[in-house]
Amino acid sequence: MKRLSILFAAFVLAVTPLAGTEAGELRGTGDLGIVVERAGGALQVVDTSARRSLGRVEGLGDLSHASAVFSPDQRYAYVFGRDGGLTKVDLLTRSIAKRIVQAGNSIGGAISDDGRLIAVSNYEPGGVRVFDAATLDPVADIPADYGATGQGTGGARSKTVGLVDAPGRRFVFTLYDGGEIWTADFSGGDTPRIAKYKDVGALPYDALITGDGRHYIAGLFGEDGLAHLDLWAESPKVERILDGYGRGEEKLPVYKMPHLEGWARAGDRFILPAVGRHELLAVDATSLREVGRVPVHGQPIFAVARPDGRQVWVNFAHPRNDTVQVVDVPSLEVIHAFQPGPAVLHLEFTPRGHEVWISVRDADKVEVYDTRSFEKLAELPVAKPSGIFFSARAQRLGL
Amino acid sequence: MAKSPAWRPALSVAALAACLAVPLVTWGAGAEDLPSAERQAALAYLVRQDCGSCHGMTLKGGLGRPLLPEALAGAEAEALAEVILDGIPGTPMPPWRGQLSEAEALWIARALKQGDIE
Repeated sequence: MKRLSILFAAFVLAVTPLAGTEAGELRGTGDLGIVVERAGGALQVVDTSARRSLGRVEGLGDLSHASAVFSPDQRYAYVFGRDGGLTKVDLLTRSIAKRIVQAGNSIGGAISDDGRLIAVSNYEPGGVRVFDAATLDPVADIPADYGATGQGTGGARSKTVGLVDAPGRRFVFTLYDGGEIWTADFSGGDTPRIAKYKDVGALPYDALITGDGRHYIAGLFGEDGLAHLDLWAESPKVERILDGYGRGEEKLPVYKMPHLEGWARAGDRFILPAVGRHELLAVDATSLREVGRVPVHGQPIFAVARPDGRQVWVNFAHPRNDTVQVVDVPSLEVIHAFQPGPAVLHLEFTPRGHEVWISVRDADKVEVYDTRSFEKLAELPVAKPSGIFFSARAQRLGL
Repeated sequence: MAKSPAWRPALSVAALAACLAVPLVTWGAGAEDLPSAERQAALAYLVRQDCGSCHGMTLKGGLGRPLLPEALAGAEAEALAEVILDGIPGTPMPPWRGQLSEAEALWIARALKQGDIE
């Protein structure tokens, strides 16, 4: 009996490193992804071609509001937890390659265009920390000191949000408390050159960068408008766009902050969630002027363009979060609405946009839909699913 | 460029202080009624999952302040319930009146202070 169990253990050890490939077959990772099991500190590694889960990876800490970026070879996911955890997950072996806890309270991160640097946005201590993507060893620490002295004394150290990568080994992020946008340029080595843009507006809560790396846009919670930085400009400066889009009307209560990452560029338009209004804003991508609005079901959280830009899929804040709406971009009309279930938290398109995966937290499931027929194709059991991230993000700037 | 950069951190702190110090709400009849056990479980879930979007699922803070007992020790439960019901203007903290009754807000405030939100 004992010998048998030893034999079994040896068998398990021999098979485990190949587990991701089932019977040792070689496989690619371009159609893989992860689904965050928010409450359990775990991920499921999923195969988007087969529409099934390949297995779980546990031990990632507090994954509330977790997000991920991918290595250029699409083998590794870097997962950013709320508790400051930064975990490098191997999608093939479905195991943790490396894990560090780099701060007390964090909110997402980014990978540099060369794939060598991982930057993490921290609330506590406020600022951005940068790590070597291979080893997760520290490379740089950028405290978000702001105010008259810029020394961060007296608590003048800001939470940071809206961290993205930009071409040229740069990162761009926003100081929530400080109302500033900073760029950190690592093109010269491990000591970044920092540029600061001040007084961008009240309570910038999140930001996006366009896929060409040109426009960085921060949403403002404290004002009707957004802050825009043109990174292609000779001397970039922050300008207000969509100023006064709320027309000074009283805001509706916002029970969850909208997200701008995963924003929609659809053809020649951006589609953005308004704050405190049950509307999407359509913005001309060249002039950055408003060209229309779409009344929607609730406070929009994610407004994500299908990769071809023809449709935008939208989910909503509590208590209207059981619904998804689909907007036709040319006509700016809602062409489809459905109720996947209670607490729809996130959605992710397959790279060509033929299918979309939707997490339904309170129903403990992820659903997969055809984006043309709207037919449901699959349903996967996942405990309290939140973010869904596919490895194709590795090849896209700003995601 | 910013219309009023100076009020940001100051207002939220001042507004919170004002809320904590001055009882603005006249508690209606039934404010002391305990929610049913089933409703208590739903409220605890709401706090963890939905308040958790800003305050952290473990309630140790995020974009919003920490809601752990030590962070709330200096505030009366009634004052915290007012913040829940009316929000803090000028910050992302929304008013939950309409979503939550006074009794429910008070139950949440007390449970948070006792670290008893499971």
